[in-house]
Amino acid sequence: MGMTNIKSVSRNTWLTLCASLAGIILLFVIEENFDRFTMQIFKLCAINVILALSLNLINGFTGLFSLGHAGFMGIGAYTCALLAMTPAQKEANFILQPIVPWLLDVHLPFLPALLASGLVAGLLGWLLGVVAMRLRDDYLAIATLGFSEIIRVVLTNAQPITNGSLGLKGLPRYTTMWWAWGSAIVVTVFLVLLIKSSYGRAFKSIRDNEIASEAMGINVFGMKVLSFAISSFLAGIAGGLLAHYLTTIDPKQFFFLKTFDILLIVVLGGVGSITGSIIAAIAVTASMELLRFLDGPLNFGFMVTSGTPGLRMVFFSALLMIVVIFRQQGLMGTSEFSWDALARIGLLPRRKRSHRSNGKTGKERVE
Amino acid sequence: MMGALLETLDVHKQFGGLVAVSAFSIRVESGEIVGLIGPNGAGKTTSFNLITGVYKPTRGRVLFDGRDITRLALHDITRLGIARTFQNIRLFKDMSVLENVLVAQHMRMGTNLFEATLRLPSYLRKEKHIHEQARALLAEVGLDALEGDKATSLPYGKQRRLEIARALATEPKLLFLDEPAAGMNPQESAELMDFILKIRDQFQLTIVLIEHHMQVVMGICKRMYVLDYGVTIAHGTPEEIQKDPKVIEAYLGAP
Repeated sequence: MGMTNIKSVSRNTWLTLCASLAGIILLFVIEENFDRFTMQIFKLCAINVILALSLNLINGFTGLFSLGHAGFMGIGAYTCALLAMTPAQKEANFILQPIVPWLLDVHLPFLPALLASGLVAGLLGWLLGVVAMRLRDDYLAIATLGFSEIIRVVLTNAQPITNGSLGLKGLPRYTTMWWAWGSAIVVTVFLVLLIKSSYGRAFKSIRDNEIASEAMGINVFGMKVLSFAISSFLAGIAGGLLAHYLTTIDPKQFFFLKTFDILLIVVLGGVGSITGSIIAAIAVTASMELLRFLDGPLNFGFMVTSGTPGLRMVFFSALLMIVVIFRQQGLMGTSEFSWDALARIGLLPRRKRSHRSNGKTGKERVE
Repeated sequence: MMGALLETLDVHKQFGGLVAVSAFSIRVESGEIVGLIGPNGAGKTTSFNLITGVYKPTRGRVLFDGRDITRLALHDITRLGIARTFQNIRLFKDMSVLENVLVAQHMRMGTNLFEATLRLPSYLRKEKHIHEQARALLAEVGLDALEGDKATSLPYGKQRRLEIARALATEPKLLFLDEPAAGMNPQESAELMDFILKIRDQFQLTIVLIEHHMQVVMGICKRMYVLDYGVTIAHGTPEEIQKDPKVIEAYLGAP
């Protein structure tokens, strides 16, 4: 058993290394060849991957129905923007009321600003968690939704800090393809390591049976708060990336409906699957653009409709309904990508069957 | 009165107008196997929930190992060394058999988020250690060949054994078994009795169990308490209990 395990791990390691290399080369090729519009969509895919993963951590792996994501994104976006803008840019933006003096001269490079946006969102998530994690199910959803709206209202009204409903314009375009996808890859690796660790098992045990989890010595409340804070941290990072991707932010973008866009991705991909969230995030973001023709006039041959803005979303609503009726577990359910799974469905050559004591397919790994 | 591993002092629990348990006072010495019996709805599981911290008593105190644990949280009580199984099986349904046991070891593993996500060598050592322990426990209950299976795909009897393995993984001193023989045939019940005696000796446990199979209770418990409508109506050795007129009345009705 030891022998085969070592062999299978080394094969999988090789495959992973090759795939990573291929991925990096692919990113170079895309960067070189695609036009600016396609690149923008490609970057948005990465940001949505981070958002979907962070929402899946709390909704899928810890089993808490939270709807506060848009708020944490907003916190991240504003924190990152205000820290990374130059004093001159800030002065140009704040025309109604001058910016508070202590914030005017703060000017950080992108990386510290991005980390700060995660930390501020994570801290707020932790604070909200300490209060809201005493609730469960629908009540938790309502509380987090409410909190997200509170954040938006504060952003709208804290004129001297956020410039209110005028928003912030002309942010430096820091979110390059490398920043976006680099962050998405780091977040993915982090989440895979987290979920496969003892903490990940504790999160999943809460999702599966809260009372049993507590009876097995897991500090359920503490774990929920931790999961919520990590999720908020990642949402903050995504918000920061989004701000410097769009270069213009205003409070309306972080309306609670934004949360449902992310929730759509998580549900389509599979609640509790990292692989599912990544695939769905890319697929949904790409189809949002590909289906843009639905919003314009449609020519059916016998008749031409006038343009109906929003018809795209009808498509996604229908898709969601189909998924909920016919495949509730989403694309991946709770399963994850693995080379062994590919081998099992015949996309990779099977390894020779070996003398395994229990005849299980290579599910175990050397931890 | 010193030396009891577990002692409940005049514990009451009221749900609205319903008194579920009243004047519940039991003593369990180290190394004993104590039975808790009574007709359906007598308050047996509620008593378990009161001791293990799922519910907080309306009145009264629970002492474990000389400490007052009445107001402690469930997971803190588990940390002190009380583990339990559930009447209606509560396994982690989407997790594997092995993972179910590993979750119960998180508490004693003493790791932190930083070390665990970065896979530091110290974490990998601990992880390897708990994997070995978990596999040994699964071998103990005869589930080692099924470690990769989904917990809820196991047949009922094996799910019960997995619950016991999971409880043992928290390294308890005192183990509460809530109807371990439910749904078992006489053959399986006999095996279960041997198994309970075996783990008691092997892990130096003290065991309190709720059971309806009189054969099982009378077979392995030296002492037992009988509850009816939340009141402790009798207490003694199996022989004393079998002759007690109040117990006979509770089970069979007044003559």
